[in-house]
Parts: sequence; structure tokens; C-alpha cells
Amino acid sequence: MTSIEAHVQQPYKYGFVTDIESEVVPAGLNEDVIRLISAKKGEPEWMLEWRLKAYRNWLKMSEPHWPNVKYGPIDYQAISYYAAPKQRPKLDSLDQVDPKLVQTFEKLGIPIEEQKRLTGVAVDAVFDSVSVATTFQAELAKYGVIFMPISQAIREHADLVQKYLGTVVPHNDNFFAALNTAVFTDGSFVYVPKGVRCPLELSTYFRINASSTGQFERTLIIADEGSHVSYLEGCSAPMRDENQLHAAVVELIALDNAQIKYSTIQNWYPGDDEGKGGIYNFVTKRGKCAGRNAKISWTQVETGSAITWKYPGCILQGDNSIGEFYSVAVTSHKQQADTGTKMIHLGKNTRSTIVSKGISAGRGQNTYRGLVKIMKGAEGARNYSQCDSMLIGDKCGAHTFPYIDVRNSTAIMEHEASTSKIGEDQIFYLRQRGLSAEDAVSMIVNGFCKEVFKELPMEFAVEATRLLGISLEGSVG
Amino acid sequence: MVAVERLVGAYNTWATNGASEVPEWLKDMRSGAIARFESLGFPNMKQEAWRFTSVAPIAEGSFEQAKPPARIPTLEEIRPFLLLEAGYRLVFVDGFFQRALSTPFFDDVQSLAHVVTHRQDLVRQHLGKYAATEDRPFSALNTAFVNDGAFVHVPAKATIAEPIQLLFLASGKPAVTHPRNLVVLDREARASIVETYASLSHGAYWTNSVTEIVVGEAARVDYHRVQRESPGAYHVAATQTHQGRDSTVNLHMVAFGAALARHDIGAVLAGPGGRLILNGLYLLASQQHADHHTTIDHAADHCESHEYFNGVLDDKSRGVFTGRIIVRPGAQKTDSKQTNNNLLLSTDAHADSQPQLEIYADDVKCTHGSTVGPLDPRALFYLRSRGIGEHEAQQLLTYGFAAEILGRMEVAPLRAQLDGIVRGRLAEQ
Repeated sequence: MTSIEAHVQQPYKYGFVTDIESEVVPAGLNEDVIRLISAKKGEPEWMLEWRLKAYRNWLKMSEPHWPNVKYGPIDYQAISYYAAPKQRPKLDSLDQVDPKLVQTFEKLGIPIEEQKRLTGVAVDAVFDSVSVATTFQAELAKYGVIFMPISQAIREHADLVQKYLGTVVPHNDNFFAALNTAVFTDGSFVYVPKGVRCPLELSTYFRINASSTGQFERTLIIADEGSHVSYLEGCSAPMRDENQLHAAVVELIALDNAQIKYSTIQNWYPGDDEGKGGIYNFVTKRGKCAGRNAKISWTQVETGSAITWKYPGCILQGDNSIGEFYSVAVTSHKQQADTGTKMIHLGKNTRSTIVSKGISAGRGQNTYRGLVKIMKGAEGARNYSQCDSMLIGDKCGAHTFPYIDVRNSTAIMEHEASTSKIGEDQIFYLRQRGLSAEDAVSMIVNGFCKEVFKELPMEFAVEATRLLGISLEGSVG
Repeated sequence: MVAVERLVGAYNTWATNGASEVPEWLKDMRSGAIARFESLGFPNMKQEAWRFTSVAPIAEGSFEQAKPPARIPTLEEIRPFLLLEAGYRLVFVDGFFQRALSTPFFDDVQSLAHVVTHRQDLVRQHLGKYAATEDRPFSALNTAFVNDGAFVHVPAKATIAEPIQLLFLASGKPAVTHPRNLVVLDREARASIVETYASLSHGAYWTNSVTEIVVGEAARVDYHRVQRESPGAYHVAATQTHQGRDSTVNLHMVAFGAALARHDIGAVLAGPGGRLILNGLYLLASQQHADHHTTIDHAADHCESHEYFNGVLDDKSRGVFTGRIIVRPGAQKTDSKQTNNNLLLSTDAHADSQPQLEIYADDVKCTHGSTVGPLDPRALFYLRSRGIGEHEAQQLLTYGFAAEILGRMEVAPLRAQLDGIVRGRLAEQ
């Protein structure tokens, strides 16, 4: 294994810091900070009330410790809950965006200037606590699609936000969701009206820049009857010795015959070889198929973060609704991941598919944890789960903890899991065909993940393949 | 808490009166265990290992410490519970050894209470060394009340031809028994054992048993456990095996009875080249609840384990299965497979399945699979198209599902007996 392992440890590419003047609220969390955030965002009274309610609940909750990850205590009073670049650009003109910010996103491969935009993808760029630019807003408006920072949506589309926000992930859902509800700053809001097939891929790019802050974004996507939307999020952060907290909440709502495809490429700073620094990625993501024949599909490629802890789930409430979860999680160095999904079958003939691929290298610990719950009323429900793990090196770990709870005798549920290492015979075969050891490994790993990558939108599948190559580089021999 | 205090009180009375004539080391073991139980208390459903099983009926039921039975049953009365005619047997009624009904073999197949003094060194070397009590309140409680149970020792290179039967009968009185069994196979020894729990009359009683099985180098044991407690009984048990180099353990666990049953099965493959088969069946109806927690610990390299658990759930029954496979650092070339299949025969039946893999070595092959579902409608249709009635077709398919597990048992007369019990149970449904 030596030469392959030696290849894998490549430095994090997005670890630079943008030197920009920021407005940072002093560290600490109390009701005044929440009022301040709310005031900065110009929020209506009901929003502030909701935040305060969540905060008061949060005070009564205790931090959960059941996942299979280890980390030191988090000091919630040492985090600054709001950081924004000083010259706030006006959203109607991208020319007024601070060139430093434009450069930052360009460096990350996310051009927000008019002429360089990715064709066919509308981007909302979030820098620390604020959204700095949202492209193609006007174009989308022609179709009636609303795509804007959530803080703007709270002001401009209060009725929609008020109707749906917190209906999938309630303010007291869990410790980190409650914290997010109290202090969330920005994130994206998407509304796709009845019968509209969103003409562009929607995308949000999250960047943490300021130190001693956390990022608490909130995303709300509503697909009205018969509509279709594909959304992608990406993220990165500078290299720092401190651990920064990222506690986001994502809510998806699909009404009758609507489809939402949500893809994530998560590349937060994973910490160094010794596990120093890196992002704690503690995220609550949940979708609700509220209507008949609705479909929600989660695809995630998790390569970053010191600790990843998230379970994008689907509540399959409408009859015949479909939930899907495709995941590739890579842990190398000292990364830890405890991730998986929750599929809650409520409606008749609901179907769910889970395909999870975990890759552990170096001293990484990778855990799949998933729940499939088939309730009494879910006649004819169907689930198929497959969890495969691949181990590269003898100091890493791969764990699988599925929870299966079936309360309806007409439901059929299948779960399969396997763990294996890259076969030496496979590598030998590829090498005698003239491939280098590295290319051979990369080919095998990509084949292992193919089922998931094919679910990603085209542009991002390429990105994901490349990312996987980077985080595994040098780990096989 | 009241229940815990009551049990601790019962222990104190018992330790000062009836149970004082034992070696010091055993007294220390008991007092350590009761302290452990006192600090742990009864488990609650907030604990991960007890998420699906409430022990409230046990904690709230007032079970007396079992007393020697007023009347000893005759051999004729216990014959229906003996699954085999031949072979050595040890019979216990309400936890008390019945010499008249048993056929012990010197100090090798004996009651534990007897060998505690007669083979002190061997017992001391093994007793309580394998079954964990740190986080297991029921095992701690059993250890505190350690008194009698079955003891089997097979010396090096010896083979015991006929299966040894360990029969635990309950009179049905609302009492608690803590049977404690110790099985030791020295190197290259072979034996086949059948441990049965049953009841002479219907009643709500509580059995809290612990069995430790130590298998030496290149030894082999076929261990069968048949749980046929009364429909109102509470059955809590722990079975722990410890395998040496190149040894073979075949565990067959069959659960038919009890209102509430919880069985923790642990297997440690401590030496290289060990082989383990863990084969289980739970057949539940009415409002029965059975919870099986299995942990297979691959602590050494080149070991192989195969686990198969099938559950048939009818009426309002609930089957819980949690199977964990741990592959320790350095346990390379491990080959481990696990399956748990559940058949739901009624709309009110309920299955929970948690197969778990915890792997810290890279050169391993580990898989698990789990299914929950009804009988295959196509298979039913096929049988019906051949002129078999719907009810019979259902029975036939269900029987086939259960027979898959029984088919792995190598002791033919025992397999036939269990087959008969399964057919009888299915005919009732």
C-alpha cells in the first residue's frame, strides 16, 4: 500500500483567505445578538419572534453525542454569529460587487461576472453571512421562478416564506437546527411555480472567510404542483487551525407531481494531516414530498470537513411519492463522517432508493447511518438500500449502522451492505495494461462511485470526479 | 428505582443467609456485581441498546427470589421437554438442580453449585470472565445471584458422542431465576449441547440467564438453544462465546416462547483461523416481543463468521434484531457475512432490523443484508395454480422460510423435533 498511500495526501486547494474588510459582530450568543442579526437583515417582527422562540428552546436542549465521531467541546459563546464584507453590494447591479469578492469566487471556479457566467447555471454566492451576488435573477423571473437570498425573500415574499419555513424542519427539531433557526444569516430561497420546469440549474456557493465565525445558512426550496427544479450547492473555506462550525438547515417541499433534485458537493476545509483545524459540518437537511407523485432526490459528494454529520432525509407523505439518496463520502487524513439518510414512508406505494458509497483512507472514519421507517398506512411501500464501503490503508475505519423499522406487512424493504478493499488483482490487471498505480486506483474508485456520479448534473459530475481524485491522491499503493 | 432497591434488598438477605457457604472469590464477584447492578439500574428505552424494548413489565412486576419447588416433577412429566432420548442431561426446576431427573457425568457434566467447590480452580479461571457486566444490568444481576446452573467440561481431545441436554423448567410461579451456565472445551475437544427453557404450567415468571462458552484451540462445539417459555413469561438472557485458534462454534438459537424475550448473543473470535456460524430463528405470534442483539467480534485475523437470523412475525408480534460485526485493527483476511430476513404475516406485526458493521482493518470481506416483507405473492400464486389452497400455500412458504434455519443444524433427531414444533406452531395460525 505504501506508494498508493503516499499519493493520496494532497493539500487543500481552496485554503486561501480573502483579505477583505469585514463587519463582524462580537463573539457570543444572546437575545441581543439575535435582535441585531434580525435588524441587520431588516426582518419583520414575526421572523424575530420565531428566532427568539428557537433560541429559548435551544437553551433548554443539550448537544447530542450519539454519532460515531469524536471532537472536543464547542464553545458557542466564542463564535461570532454574523460576519459580512463591509461594502455591501447592491443586488441589482453586479458591477458594484467588490472586485475582491469577484476574484475570490473566480478563484474558486464560480464566476459571477456577467461575461464569464456558467452557461445554464444561475449562481447565488454566499460569503460568510451574506449573499453577495445572485446571477440570472431577471432571466428566471420571466418564468416566474423566484431565486434569491433568503433574507431578501423574507422581505419580498413574506407570504411564501411564512407559509413554508419551518414546516419540514421545526425550530425545535434538534440542537443544531434550533441554533440555526435562532441565528441563521443567509442562504437561498427558491420557488418554482405550478407547472414550470426551471430552465436553469440553480446553484449556491458558500464560502466561509472570516475567522472565529460560523456559517449558519438556511435554504428553502418549494416546488409547486407539477414543477421541476435542480439545485446544487458547493462550499469551501480557508485553512485555519481553529475548528469552525457550519450548522445549516435545508428544507425542501415538493407538492403534487413536483420534482426536486438537490445535489451537494461539500468541500469544506478538512483539517491538516494531524486533524488540526477544519470545519464541523453539522447540518439538518430534509425534504417533504407533500403531494402525490412528488419526488425528491438527494445527491451528495462529501469530501471535505473535519467532521461531517448529516442525514438528508425524505418524508414521503403523498401517495406514490419517491425519495432518493445517492451519496459518496470520502474520509482521509483524520476526517470523520457520520452520514446517511432518513426515509419516512407515510403514503401508499411510496418508494425510496438509497445508494451510499463510503471511502476511507489514511486515518479517516466513515460511518453510514440511515433510517428506513415504513409506517402503518404505507401500503405497498418499497425500499432498496445499498451501502458499500471501501477501505484504503489499515488505519481507517468503515462502519454501517442502518435502522430499519417496518410496520406494514405489504411493504418490502431490502438492505445490503458490503465492505472491501481495492483488490490487488484489480490493480495488477490495470497496471499490466500500462496504467500507473494512481490512475488504476482512480479508475477503480470512480467505478465504485459511478452509480452516484451519474445522478449529478453534468458539469458537477466532472467536478466531483476531480475532487475525489484530489482527496484520495496518494493514498493507495 | 423501587424495583432495583427490592432486588438489592433480596440480594442482601440472600447473601447473609442461604448463600454464605461459598469461596471468598465468588462472594467478591457477587458483591461487585450487585454494586454494578445498583449503579446501572434497569435499562430504559433512551439507551441505544434498548431503543425498541421496554423492560417496564419486568421492573414493575414483583418477582420473588425463586424457592425450591414444592413438588418435584416425575420423569414422565418432563419427557415432553426433552428433545432427545439419549445422552447426559442436567435438569433444573425453578433454577434448582434436580439430581433425580439428571444424568450427570462425574465432575465434567455437573451442576455449577457442585463444581464451584469441587473444581474450584477451573471454575474460578473462567466464570464471569467472558460475559460483560459493565454496561449490562441483567448480566450483572445474574452474576450477583450466581448460584446454580449447568457446568460442562470436555477435556482435551475428548469427544462426547451424544448431545448433552441442559433443561431449565419453570413451575410457573411468579418468581425470578438466575441460571448461570459455564461450558469449557479444552483443546481439540468436541461436544454438542442443547440448552432448553420451558415451563410446566402457564404463568408469568422471569428467567434471567447467562451462559459462557469457552472453546479451546481447534475444539468444536455445536450449541443449540431452544427458548419455549410460557406465553406469559419474561426471558432475559446473555450467551457469550470465546473462541481460541482454529476452533469452530456453531450456535443455533431458536425462540418460540415468552411474552417478552431479550437475548444478547456475543461471540469473540480471539484466535486466528476461528470459524463461527450463528444461526437463529424467532417465530412469534399474538403480542409476543423478541429482541435479539448479536455482537460478533473479530479480534484475530483469518477468521470466518456467518450469521443467519430469520424472523416470522404474526398477529401483533414484534421482532427486533440488532447484529453488530466488529473487525478489530489487525484482524486482516476476515470473512464475515450476516443476514436478517423478516417475514411479516399480519398487518399489525412489526419488525426492526439493525445490521451494523464496524470495521477497523482493510483487507476484509464483510457484508450484511436485511429484508422485511410479506410472503412473495408470485410464489403464492404459483402454488395456488398447482391446486394448493391459499392457507396451505402460506403455511408451506412460511415453513420453508423457517426450515432454512433448522436445516443448518447437524444433530438430526434434534432437527426433526424442532421441525415438529415449527409445524405445530404454524398449524395453530
